[in-house]
Parts: sequence; structure tokens; C-alpha cells
Amino acid sequence: MKIQELPAHQIHKLLVKKEISCQEVIREIFKTIGEKEGEIHAYLSFRDREKVLREAKKVDEKLKNGEKLFPLEGIPIAIKDNMCISGEKTTCASKILENFISPYDATVIKRLKEKGLIFIGKTNMDEFAFGSSTENSYFGPTHNPYDLERVPGGSSGGSAAAVASGEATVALGSDTGGSIRQPAAFCGVVGLKPTYGRVSRFGLVAFASSLDQIGPITKDVTDSALLLNVISGYDLMDSTSVNITLPDFTKSLIPQVKGFKIGVPQEYFVSGIDREVEASIKKSIKLLEAIGAKIEEITLPHTDYGIATYYIIATAEASANLARFDGIRYGYRSKNNKTLSELYEHSRAEGFGKEAKRRIILGTYVLSAGYYNAYYLKGLKVRTLIKEDFNQAFRKVDAILTPTSPTTAFKIGEKTDDPLKMYLADVFTISANLAGIPGISIPCGFSKEKLPIGLQILAPAFGEEKIFQIAFTLEQSLKK
Amino acid sequence: MKYETIVGLEVHVQLLTNSKLFCNCSTKFGEKANTQVCPICLGMPGVLPVINEQAVRLAIKSAFALHCEILKFTRFARKNYFYPDLPKNYQISQFEEPLAINGYLNLGKKKIGIKRAHLEEDAGKLLHPEEEAYSLVDFNRCGIPLLEIVSQPELKSPQEAEDYLNVLKLILKYLEVSDCNMEEGSLRCDANLSVRPQGENNLGVKTEVKNMNSFKSVRKALSYERERQIKLLEKGGKVNQETMLWDEKKGITLPMRSKEESQDYRYFPEPDLIPLAFNEEWLKKIEQEVAELPETRKKRFIENYFLSDYDAGVLTSQKPLADYFEETVSRGGKPKLVSNWILTELLGRLNSRHLTIGQSPFTPAHLVELLKLIEEGKISGKIGKDILAKVFDSGKSPTSIIKEEKLTQISGNALLLKVVVEVIKENPKTISDYKKGKERALGFLVGMVMKKTKGRANPANVNKLLQEEIKKL
Ligand SMILES: [Zn+2]
Repeated sequence: MKIQELPAHQIHKLLVKKEISCQEVIREIFKTIGEKEGEIHAYLSFRDREKVLREAKKVDEKLKNGEKLFPLEGIPIAIKDNMCISGEKTTCASKILENFISPYDATVIKRLKEKGLIFIGKTNMDEFAFGSSTENSYFGPTHNPYDLERVPGGSSGGSAAAVASGEATVALGSDTGGSIRQPAAFCGVVGLKPTYGRVSRFGLVAFASSLDQIGPITKDVTDSALLLNVISGYDLMDSTSVNITLPDFTKSLIPQVKGFKIGVPQEYFVSGIDREVEASIKKSIKLLEAIGAKIEEITLPHTDYGIATYYIIATAEASANLARFDGIRYGYRSKNNKTLSELYEHSRAEGFGKEAKRRIILGTYVLSAGYYNAYYLKGLKVRTLIKEDFNQAFRKVDAILTPTSPTTAFKIGEKTDDPLKMYLADVFTISANLAGIPGISIPCGFSKEKLPIGLQILAPAFGEEKIFQIAFTLEQSLKK
Repeated sequence: MKYETIVGLEVHVQLLTNSKLFCNCSTKFGEKANTQVCPICLGMPGVLPVINEQAVRLAIKSAFALHCEILKFTRFARKNYFYPDLPKNYQISQFEEPLAINGYLNLGKKKIGIKRAHLEEDAGKLLHPEEEAYSLVDFNRCGIPLLEIVSQPELKSPQEAEDYLNVLKLILKYLEVSDCNMEEGSLRCDANLSVRPQGENNLGVKTEVKNMNSFKSVRKALSYERERQIKLLEKGGKVNQETMLWDEKKGITLPMRSKEESQDYRYFPEPDLIPLAFNEEWLKKIEQEVAELPETRKKRFIENYFLSDYDAGVLTSQKPLADYFEETVSRGGKPKLVSNWILTELLGRLNSRHLTIGQSPFTPAHLVELLKLIEEGKISGKIGKDILAKVFDSGKSPTSIIKEEKLTQISGNALLLKVVVEVIKENPKTISDYKKGKERALGFLVGMVMKKTKGRANPANVNKLLQEEIKKL
């Protein structure tokens, strides 16, 4: 098997057995990048190759000296370009930050460095994570490795495409309404959105602060658990991170679902869902039932309000979060401004893309005097109802199983003219962010057009262990 | 017609924390521009605020001192507006759930209501170099904790407004919450003023007056604004609800260029900070610290310790100083002496070293020990002062310094007699002057003896010995 196709835990075994060197692993990844990046465009920037190889050499020296490696030490990782690495560019795929170099490391980056992962580069995304297709990137779209004419999903499309194509072994994405899970589904990889508060957001350029979470995008469930082990945990720098004891998530990788109650929400299998997607999910449900899980139909009655609620809360927060990009201290500044307000207006008008502007305007509107109660406040109330839906459901079941997205990857350009249609791509993933609960997307089959289909498993807050156990079991059973 | 004036004040004070409200940057005043900054207070992409517990403590302390109700649940909010001194283009402030509400401040026999008090972050400072086409921003001040204290519109004259500010300053300085220096900007004040015909129940249209840089200018600006409004009404005109800027040089208020419409700050709950809920015990502890306010304590000092109004006032200007005094007294120091030593010897020394009383190496125990040594005649008052200086520098106790430096008074007369005889021999002219009746000549001789003994002799004793020896001549 080719190194670039192997999951991290298998590469680790080969490294430890000295069957390959870390430098070989990195060179294979570079080779794959050389072959595929031209047509996929997963990355926005690469780290200096010499630096990367020097880090790999250090890992090899450690191995030579008989030192023990951390589980993901020496593993090549790609980082979504909205997380800060000190001294590297962080563009958020926006013209306004085209030349911005971060002066500090995000907490997740610090943790990855401590455990010896090797950063390859920063991946493409929808500008400021606004989108579901990675088409809203100032630097051009990413192409789906399974079909270059199709989108990889988004907003973490670059990270998902990099892992799917072997341009990286693992990657980090961020998920505000499905931005890890939906591209993972479209690219046939595993994407986990952890519980809100599980992973520090310090150093993640904020889109919607109350919804954003960083999570792993990997080739399989085992890697997902390994990577979550590294990045999760309380952080003094993030007041919304939660201080609870950290489990070893790999302990949950048990191929066993006997006695598990799994809920299937009726609201997720109605109009708009692709027949092939539905059939594939139902097949997996049958499979789980056959190996001992108890399947129960459940109801999440406020599902229909998810998208509207999400676009009120997320854009409101985004409108304030993006106010700092004003051309004063850093980032793009328009020339020839006669007044201060011209400096603001021109820099932002020229620096932000269309979707960013749409969301800033929407968010500003819902917070405005006279509209606040009707929109933002109501949005918060519905959010509570959606949370309550899940609380009710989790009294009956251990986990919830749904499709990740109603369709497989769509064609580039297919939905760019119709933002509402585009927003519907996240209809099954958004509720987890509103409720703050964890969710994973794992591949569960292919369409006739050979496009991957993703299955989503949701669990109560801090129930990642349940998710890993069910996902791992299903992954193993589907292989057979 | 007679008019009634109604004033409400909005006061911002910088809290005396070591670090900023949401990051670890220093709050030191007067440093080089943009040296007290970090990615967080500069609003770099990806940063998050973390609340400074010390700032919350000081805010709560103030709220207790202002008899406020501390809310069980308090939350921060984003106040959105664009300005280059505000890096995030929103200020983290409080809106619907402020830290404290419904308090009051005693102004003589009157109670002036406090509507609310809340925490927020300060902005940076814009600098406009002369004759240049650009402006510069200094972010050192950005993120320093501010407490906004909003009074009810219950002040009835410009003078009352000034009195309110003085009392507020007294309290906040006493509690070491803020140094309340309006010239340095650690206290800022905006005022709302309206007038109405005497007997009228409805409030008149108010204007907001800004840009005053001292308590006195608050009074002057409000007096001017009151007259302006009254004149306007008497001419049959109407007061516009607008913001007026005080021009200190000209002594007038002028309308700020009116914005086309009022600013909409689009407040919403700050999602990066979790709401605060306070532990009852923690609150109680803070409440106990502010049980007695400076005015009451001063009265008690005058009555119980027989201190002068001035001395009691200085001692109760800061809580730790008053505590220092009372601790020394409770350990056996005589109040009047203790007060004198603190005011004349200790405070100056602390000031010159930029130390607070809490940081003083010379403790109440040291002072009691020193006073006792003087009282027992073991050392003179003058030596006492030197010892204080030495304790201050070394942290050693007075007794151990006396031992080390052999500073006890020469009590054995043999040794002293030797010096006295010496001095008499060396100064025949002075002796003859003295004998001719020049009383002052004796003082000179005493001084010589003291000099030779490096101050270790008891002056009264020297006096006596000298007289005896001269008689023998
Ligand atoms: Zn700072």
C-alpha cells in the first residue's frame, strides 16, 4: 500500500518497526502534492520544505536513538487557513488577510507541536468559513478528489480534499454549521465536530463564536480519536473551553454496539434528500441493527427552524467578529481614501468577498435597534428549543444517526447563484452546532457516480466516546 | 420664573489592576507608545478575552461601597462601533446584565441614587501630529479595566455635581480601587443636565456635556449649560437633545457636530465570555472590607484617638493606611505619636520609593518597638528617625539594628563625662560667653557633645552634666 493512502496509526506502526523513515513519509506526501495539487488546489500555502524535512529528520533521529514516539509524532498534518501558526500566513481565504502573518500560535497548534506532528501547509476554505463548497475562496475553489468537476464541500474543503487525496495524512478543520462533517462526507473521509468547549478556540479566527469548534479530519475513526486526544482539553486562554477530565478516546475504539440505542429522526428523511443517500444510510442502519444495536425512530420537532435560527445567530456574531478587519492595523487597506470612513468603506468593500459581505449585512441587520427582538432574541429562544429537542431525544437513545448531507458532492458552480439552496447543504449538520453537541461524519458507501456518501452520528454533549465506539464498529462492519 | 436644575453623572474610573481587563499586559501609565500591548488587546485575528479576577473584585468592592445590589448573574456584551482606537471595532462592555444596580452615595444628609455600575474595557488613544495628514494610535491604554458608575438624575446643582465627584473620589481612593486622577484620565465624567420650571413634574429636555478635565470644570461647564438652557427657554426657545462639548479656554459649551442619527450600538451578549455568578462567601469577604467608609472612619479617628481633623483625614484617605495606623495603635502605640511618625517620617519615605503603605518594609510592629525604645530612653528621637530609615532599607528590626550599630544612649555617666570635659576644654571662649550670661552658649556646647557621641547621649543628661562641670571651673 502507498504511504500517502495509509492512516496515521498504520504509518506510526511502520515508523516504530523502522520499516519506513519519517523523511520518506514526508517525501511521499510532497510527491503526492506534486502530482495532485495542480488539479485539486487543496492548499493556500505550504511551509518551507527544508524546515519540514528537518523536523522529519529529528523524528528519525529519535527513532534511531530508541526513543519512544508520541502516537502521532512525525505525522504530516494540514491546517485549515483560519488557525494561526506563528510566523505563517493566516488568510482565511480572504483578500483582506492575503498577506497577514500570525504573530502567535493557536492553542491547537501548540498542542500539535508538543506531540510532534509535522505541519505541511494551510488549506483552502470558504472565505472566513462562509460557505459549504469552498467556492467562496478568494484564491479559487478546491476540487473534489473523487470528481474534479465537483466541490469538496465546505467550508473545510481544502482539509478534506488534502486527506482524501493523500496530500496530507490528517488535517484540522473548523465546524460552525457542518464545515467539517459535510466536506468529510463529500470527500469520503472521517470528520468530527467535537462538543462545544471540548477544543480551545484560541487562535481560530472566529466566524460565530458560540458555534465554532475545531476538529479532526482523518482517513479513519482511529485517527480521529488519536487526533482528538492531542487537541482537546481545557485552555485558560479560552473561557468557553470546559474543564473536565479528559478520557483517552482510543479506549472507545471497541467493535461492539450491543445494547446501544440509536435514534433515527423522522424529520431527516423527508423532502429534498437524495434517494441514493437515503438508501445508503438505511443500509447502515440495518447493519447496525443486525449486529445488536437497537434502532428507534425519534422526533426532533424543531428541525425545520434550524437553518433560519443558524443564519440569524451565526451572522450576528460574524458581523461583530469581522469588524476588526478594517485596514487600520493589519490586512488589506484601500488606497486613496480622503476620510476615515472612506478608509473603512473602501478597504472592506474591496477586501471582503460577496458572501462575507452578505453575511455581515445580514448580521448587522438582525442586531439593529428595532429588529433585535424580532430576530436575534427570537433566534436565541428557538436555539433553546432545538437544544431541548436533543435533550428529550437523548433521554431515550444513546446516539442519533442521520445522513450528513442530503446529497453527494455537487458540481462546481451549480449552487453559487442561489445562496438559499447552498445553505440547505448544511440542513442536517447545523442543529448539532446550535445544540453544542458532538457529531461525526463517516463514509458509508458510494453513489452510482462513485461519489462518497457520509453518515452522521450525534451524541449528547461530551459524548464523543459513544460516537467513537459506534463509528468504529460501523466502519469495521462496512469493510467486511 | 424660577428654574430647577437636574443633573445626572456618568463617571468612568480606571481600576487599579496590575494587568488589563482581558489580557496580561501591564496597565502602567506613561510608557512608550504601543509597548504595553499583545495580540489580544490589539484585536489580532483569532484571539479571545479572559476576564481579570482582580478587576471584578475591585468593581464589586466599589459596588458595595456605593450600597449597590450585586447581581447574581452578570454578563458582558459587545458594543459595536468603528473607531481606530478600538481594535476589535467593538467594546466589551455590559448592557442588560450589569454587575451592580440600585445603589446610593451619601452627600451630606442627602442620598444620591446610583443607577448602575458596570465593567468595560478602555480604548486606545489617537494622536494627531501637528500639520501632518495622518493620525497615530497608541494602544497602551486599550483594554485597561474601567468601571462605569451612572448616577440617577438627582443632583440639583453644578455645585452638587462637584461635591458628588469629590465624595466618589474619596471613597474609591480610600478603597484603592482607582486613583481617580481626572487630569491623567483615570477618572472621566460626562454629565446630563436639564432644567424645568420650579414645581413642574416632568423632566425637561436634557443635553449631554462632555470634555471636562477637572471637577472644577465640571461645575463650570454645568453652570454655563444651565444658564444657556434657561436663557433659551425664557426666549421661548426649545432645548435640543444633543451633546455639548465644554471649551475650557472660552468657558462655553458648544454643540458637537450633530450626527445624522443617533448611534445604534447593536449590543448583544459577548459569546467569548461566560456569564459570571458569584460565590456568596467571596462576596461577603469583599463586603466586610468596605464595612466602614472613609467619612465614618475619619470621625471615629477624631473622637477615639483625639487626632486633628487634618491628620485623621490623611490617615483615612486610603484604607490600608488607616489599617496600618490602627494596627500600630492596637499593638500599644500612642495614637498621637503613631500618627506623627506615620505622617512625618513614613509617608515621605514611601512616596520617594514609589511604595504603597502595604508594601512598606517598616511594619506596625517595627513602629511600636521603636516608640517603646524612645519612651524607655534607650534611644533619642533623632536616632529613632535614623533607625526607621535603616529598618526601611534592611527590613531588620529596630532592636537588632541598635545592637549591630551600638546606637543605645550612653547612660553610664563616666563615658559621657569624659566627652563633656573634652568639649569644655576645647571651647574656652564659649565657656566664658556662658559665664557672662549668654544662655545660648550652653545649647552650642550640648550640640557639640551630641555630635561627638553621634547622638547617642541623652540631651537632658548632657545639659545637666555640662552645668555641673562648668560650675566646678
Ligand atoms: Zn494585551
